[in-house]
Amino acid sequence: MRSRLRFADAWELSLMGLRYQLGRTVLTALGVALGIAAIVSVLGISASGRAALLARLDQLGTNLIRVTPSTGVFGNADGLPAESVAMLGRVGPVERVTSTALLDVDVLINDLVSPLETGGLSVLAVPTNLPGALNTPLLAGRFLDDASATVPVTVLGRVAAERLGIDNLSGARRVYIGNEWFEVIGILSEMTLHPDIERAALIGEPVARDLFNENLKPTALYARVHPRHVESVLEVIPATVNPENPDRVAVVRPADALVARRQAEEALTTLLVSLGSVALLVGGVAIANIMVMAVLERRMEIGLRRALGATRRHIRLQFIGESMLLAGLGGVLGIGVGATITSAFAVSRDVTLSIPVWGMAGSVLVALVVGAIAGVYPAARAARIPPAEAVRSA
Amino acid sequence: MGSETAPSGPEAPSIELTDVTRVYRGPPPVSAVAGVSLSIRPGELVAVVGPSGSGKSTLLNLMSGLDQPSSGSVKVAGHDLAVLSDRALSGIRARMIGFVFQEFFLFPGTSALENVAEGLRYQGVRGTARREEAEGALRRVGLGHRMHHLPEQLSGGERQRVAIARALVGDPVAVFADEPTGNLDSAASREITDLLLSLNREGATIIVVTHDQEVAGCFPRRISMRDGLVVAEDRS
Repeated sequence: MRSRLRFADAWELSLMGLRYQLGRTVLTALGVALGIAAIVSVLGISASGRAALLARLDQLGTNLIRVTPSTGVFGNADGLPAESVAMLGRVGPVERVTSTALLDVDVLINDLVSPLETGGLSVLAVPTNLPGALNTPLLAGRFLDDASATVPVTVLGRVAAERLGIDNLSGARRVYIGNEWFEVIGILSEMTLHPDIERAALIGEPVARDLFNENLKPTALYARVHPRHVESVLEVIPATVNPENPDRVAVVRPADALVARRQAEEALTTLLVSLGSVALLVGGVAIANIMVMAVLERRMEIGLRRALGATRRHIRLQFIGESMLLAGLGGVLGIGVGATITSAFAVSRDVTLSIPVWGMAGSVLVALVVGAIAGVYPAARAARIPPAEAVRSA
Repeated sequence: MGSETAPSGPEAPSIELTDVTRVYRGPPPVSAVAGVSLSIRPGELVAVVGPSGSGKSTLLNLMSGLDQPSSGSVKVAGHDLAVLSDRALSGIRARMIGFVFQEFFLFPGTSALENVAEGLRYQGVRGTARREEAEGALRRVGLGHRMHHLPEQLSGGERQRVAIARALVGDPVAVFADEPTGNLDSAASREITDLLLSLNREGATIIVVTHDQEVAGCFPRRISMRDGLVVAEDRS
């Protein structure tokens, strides 16, 4: 002699309960949906951004070290000792070294332009191994070689080329550098980590010595280091490149800037996820509230169901089921909205769309748990109503 | 079924009350039922009559397992309700008892058929089987042509017929009706009384609580209550 409620029947009951109060159901589910949408879109946007960043870091490499003379007390930077390139190259884990030397001349579109209108561009004397060491392909043309480094030809950074109005190399292209015409033979591609090179005209070291500065000193060194020894190399660099004044040397890892930016973004992500969680919590409280009201209004139904043979547990299950369905509905709605926001973001920013599946599954799970917890108290109240009283009160 | 305490045979009482009391805890404590003993045999149609506050509804709740007595014993088909857990008591209500209420208690927006089928949900019967049995019950109460109507589309008398069909579905040991004609006009009231009489002739055990002397007068056995006690009993 047992009262028995089939599993399918229990779910049917919960669905019937929601249909019973449709308008309220939608509004209440919306609360949970907002919370879930916030969490899913924040996680999605963050993951999409991370995917893009990782791809970029892989391309740039995190094992590149940049060495510059630190600015002295009087704000003057003399450059690094001329031998520093060779010295740095002798450090064991250093695989490749290249350098740039800033020249005190301007690059202009032609000889008619005022020397004041430099467009923020500079001129760098560089060795021929620069593109290889910095892992930068050319957008067009070719780079300097041993022969062209001795004659007045130049390779432009991407931004410099743009500002000088040179977008391709068809025909004879010339720029005017310190009273000399230089032929443009190549354009470098984008260099996120090296804005100074992007905004420069690069010329060979021999021609720079001949025309502008016999006593050429590097103003920046770039060392590609074995990935496992980056930290130890960072320590020995100052004394290696400038033994007399190691404190006049600044060493940075350009990729660090990206990593730092990423960390800032992650802090923001955490904040937004917390906000989403708060919204979810509020949604849960709203569900609990609506369920308590439903229990008060549905005493007759509870009484009738008890009379028809429902146990206290069946009544509890019914109301917890309703609460979970309500929250689950909100969760699914929220995932839809969140995924839409993430896709829109990915398309507008042109990054790889990445919506974490675990995030979505987790969100629905969290919503269901929120619903279950929100339903516990109302369901317990419903189950406690004595059946004789419930059928009388109507 | 199959419990050791359940005696078999047609003469075993369906419902048996021995010195039953029900005291509502105070202050002050109210003794709604103050020591009632009675026995209802299978196939009987009994009216419990009395003024408001006489304890007749409380008695009905005790007999039907909606409530449990403060002392004494209530046996339904041999099962002593006073010692049962909520789960077991719910099982008795699901399989042995049918209820009819004054306010019908039908689910709005749900067809007559679905409302009747609800009566079998807690017996663990499948949805399709529930609807089949519900069809039979609706035919028994003369509503074979209104199965898919909503309660809102039915008259008061028809609504109460649906409720009676819901109580009958699953063949309970007894059907309890608390003021089944209380919300009906006299014509519908007569219609429901006749339906109960004809169902009883077919073999159903029915206990009706009513304060309507005219309705009570139609039934073969009447139990009169006052102040929680049975003060008179007569058969016609």
